[in-house]
Amino acid sequence: MKAKVYVTIKENVLDPQGNAVQGALHTLGFGEVSKVRIGKFMEVELDTSDRAQAEEQLKSMCEKLLANTVVEDYRFELEG
Amino acid sequence: MKFAVLVFPGSNCDLDMFHAVQDTVGQDVDYVWHTATDLSAYDAILVPGGFSYGDYLRCGSIARFAPVMAEVYKAAEAGKFVLGVCNGFQILTEAGLLPGALIRNNSLKFRCHPVDLVVENARTAFTNAYAQGESVRIPIAHGEGNYYVDAETLEQLKKNNQIVFRYAGENPNGSIHNIAGVCNERGNVVGMMPHPERAVSELLGSKDGARMFTSVLNAWRERHGAAIGR
Repeated sequence: MKAKVYVTIKENVLDPQGNAVQGALHTLGFGEVSKVRIGKFMEVELDTSDRAQAEEQLKSMCEKLLANTVVEDYRFELEG
Repeated sequence: MKFAVLVFPGSNCDLDMFHAVQDTVGQDVDYVWHTATDLSAYDAILVPGGFSYGDYLRCGSIARFAPVMAEVYKAAEAGKFVLGVCNGFQILTEAGLLPGALIRNNSLKFRCHPVDLVVENARTAFTNAYAQGESVRIPIAHGEGNYYVDAETLEQLKKNNQIVFRYAGENPNGSIHNIAGVCNERGNVVGMMPHPERAVSELLGSKDGARMFTSVLNAWRERHGAAIGR
């Protein structure tokens, strides 16, 4: 089973990278860009077919390692 | 008194830390590899700067699961003295031994230069040789030193006197409330972005960092002496 994990910076935390990219897009003429937030995308393959177990495991992985919940939010999607 | 300097793959301030201990307080000091499973021989644990595990995922996020960290929890719990500098600070926050998180500098630049700090709490194990409110000059060298806590935690830090150092002049990384270093509630675990081990001699441009080491020796002697007195 494959999981897609998205880790994003919390709304109330400044994202200097996102701001810099937004500035670059403006420079390129994409003036309509009002906000850019940069996050992480991870693909995790799990040797299990038990969906409930996979979800539980992923939640634990995110809480313990994949995201720092002080500054980041996470969500994941399971495929297959 | 016996100091441990932890060494992770990618630590690069371990030698500076080791020599700073020798040069400032002349106490026993050992390098301790990240696979160690016993720190009971040590009174102070120093977590040095660097780029442990290549800063993969987030700074300090992998190092916090190294075998030695279980012992660091134990040491902190037992009231032993723990200091994290730069990447060491990032590791201690990732480990939950200190509150908050360190994110990318707001300038997006790696900043490497001396900064002026105000000693906000001169009662921790690592700052008792400073005067409250004293200004000290210690260098920084980091790309992810932007300290963040939510508003509620910031109020707690203020209330519990857990803010140890603040940037006096320009804030080099955008940290909340100009915070440069914090401690746990007991004051035996301290983390900071500036490098006191790089400021232990006038030849290095400043010796203001040296008193962090004399402070912890004071704290240890006080505790040791008190124990004998009983």
